[in-house]
Amino acid sequence: MQRRVVFRGKTLPYLLVAPQLAVTLVFFFWPAAQAFWLSVHRQDPFGLSSHFVGLANFAAVLADPDYVNAILRTAIFSLAVTVLVLVPSLLLAVMADRVVKAAAAYKTVLLLPYAVAPAVAGVLWLFLFYPGVGPLAFALHALGIDWNYLLNGGQAMALVIVIAAWKQISYNFLFFLAGLQSIPRSLLEAAAIDGAGEARRFRTIIFPLLSPTVFFLIVVDIVYAFFDTFGVIRSVTAGGPGRSTEILVYKVYYDGVVGLDLGGSSAQSVILMAIVVALTALQFRYVERKVHY
Amino acid sequence: MRERAASFGLFPHLILWGGLILVAFPIYMTFVASSLTPQQILAGMPLLPGAHLIDNYRSALFEGVAATSGESVARMLWNTLVMALIIAIGKIAISLLSAYAVVFFRFPLRMIIFWTIFVTLMLPVEVRIVPTYKVVADLGMIDSFAGLTIPLIASATATLLFRQFFLTIPDELVEAAKIDGAGPLRFLVDTVIPLSRTNMAALFVILFIYGWNQFLWPLLVTNSAEMTTIVIGLTRMIGTGDGRTDWDIVMATAILALLPPALVVLLMQRWFVKGLVETEK
Repeated sequence: MQRRVVFRGKTLPYLLVAPQLAVTLVFFFWPAAQAFWLSVHRQDPFGLSSHFVGLANFAAVLADPDYVNAILRTAIFSLAVTVLVLVPSLLLAVMADRVVKAAAAYKTVLLLPYAVAPAVAGVLWLFLFYPGVGPLAFALHALGIDWNYLLNGGQAMALVIVIAAWKQISYNFLFFLAGLQSIPRSLLEAAAIDGAGEARRFRTIIFPLLSPTVFFLIVVDIVYAFFDTFGVIRSVTAGGPGRSTEILVYKVYYDGVVGLDLGGSSAQSVILMAIVVALTALQFRYVERKVHY
Repeated sequence: MRERAASFGLFPHLILWGGLILVAFPIYMTFVASSLTPQQILAGMPLLPGAHLIDNYRSALFEGVAATSGESVARMLWNTLVMALIIAIGKIAISLLSAYAVVFFRFPLRMIIFWTIFVTLMLPVEVRIVPTYKVVADLGMIDSFAGLTIPLIASATATLLFRQFFLTIPDELVEAAKIDGAGPLRFLVDTVIPLSRTNMAALFVILFIYGWNQFLWPLLVTNSAEMTTIVIGLTRMIGTGDGRTDWDIVMATAILALLPPALVVLLMQRWFVKGLVETEK
């Protein structure tokens, strides 16, 4: 799409794009290029020299059982987060759509988690479940559950999944509500007159018309679970106990910043970039265009 | 739909109340804990606020704790505010200018520049941690507001939003401006910026929250205590095994960390919803 009427100018447009272009080149393209360069080189332990090793870093990363486990863990984590976000948000949005009184008040409160930083959300929940401190940790003990997420990997995973989902509910709720409110009332009324019950109207009218929103949110939630949950993991479990909550983005950080394995971390970065590009392409190509009933 | 309303009655309200409790419970309990003494918290905390609210907040704001090298939370709030404002205003400014150039001019490399900006959408900082850190370190920007903000300032989403909006500005307006002898900068200042006000407000809300809530990047580029942001400071306050945790101060700090973005969402809800729906879709 282009404008018909434009201004003339030889240097002005370049001056206008210069700030953004400079930031983009220096802090996006240059590091991305370095990630590629580092991913095919190996540095000596003192960082004095490096030599080309081809795909050896990638082979080492993919042959590392810790990395393969991190991939599986990330898949489970993002799937669980996505389901745990979508279902309650859809339910809440369907209910909010039919409430007239106090609808604005419900919406206001449900938007709050969006404002809370992932790391801060982590701290709020960590307190509730902190063994020997948090009220919910006490409650679980009173119920006879041996709760200690600092030692039990499964419990730690469950906790970070719940926190990550809690934070994302606002976003999903808002898009579901917007989607529901754009469904023509006349369609639902016609179906009601024809004798279609509540459940049937949801299955045959509301859900199909909502499907583009659902697919869009699935992609957004997966991207969120992959990359934006770093703060949750770091503040609650730091990948532990014993790597049981170490997802891919945490591993890139840990191997690169703490472990100082530049080649390995960069190879992981390149793999993650490929995943982001694939997910973004999916979002633009498939979700936006083809899923319309 | 009379039939629908009649058959359901209170049921939607029950579900929604369940949702509200789920969403508000952690924030509420944190608030309650921030008004108690550490002994009260550890001895099974009550469900209603206690009497130490002001003491705890004063102590957090002005004294800090040993775990953050005694840096006060007031200082952290200031650092975070400066960071969030630079990121939000900086992103809006450079995106507005570049979108204006791409839409209102024809020049060689125009589409290449547009796509160069666009692909940054696909490279979140999380996936290029080490090399970006290295660039910032080489430029001597560690432990400075420049290092904290400039790498996060390039934003494809804001540029795309402005571009979409600029394309809807009628050609007649541009022609009228040209007839009146207004140059491109005059047109930008007198017409385009005033017309973009709602978009700028919506973007500001989203970007302020984005900036305020940054975690990974400040974790990498700030080492000194006086550059600590509140989100980083908060996570450092929690003892890892050996250290003692002052839960009353931690909880007060958590409330202080979430209050500014929460207020922005509550008070500017209309812009927030607009910004969220338009920037991310």
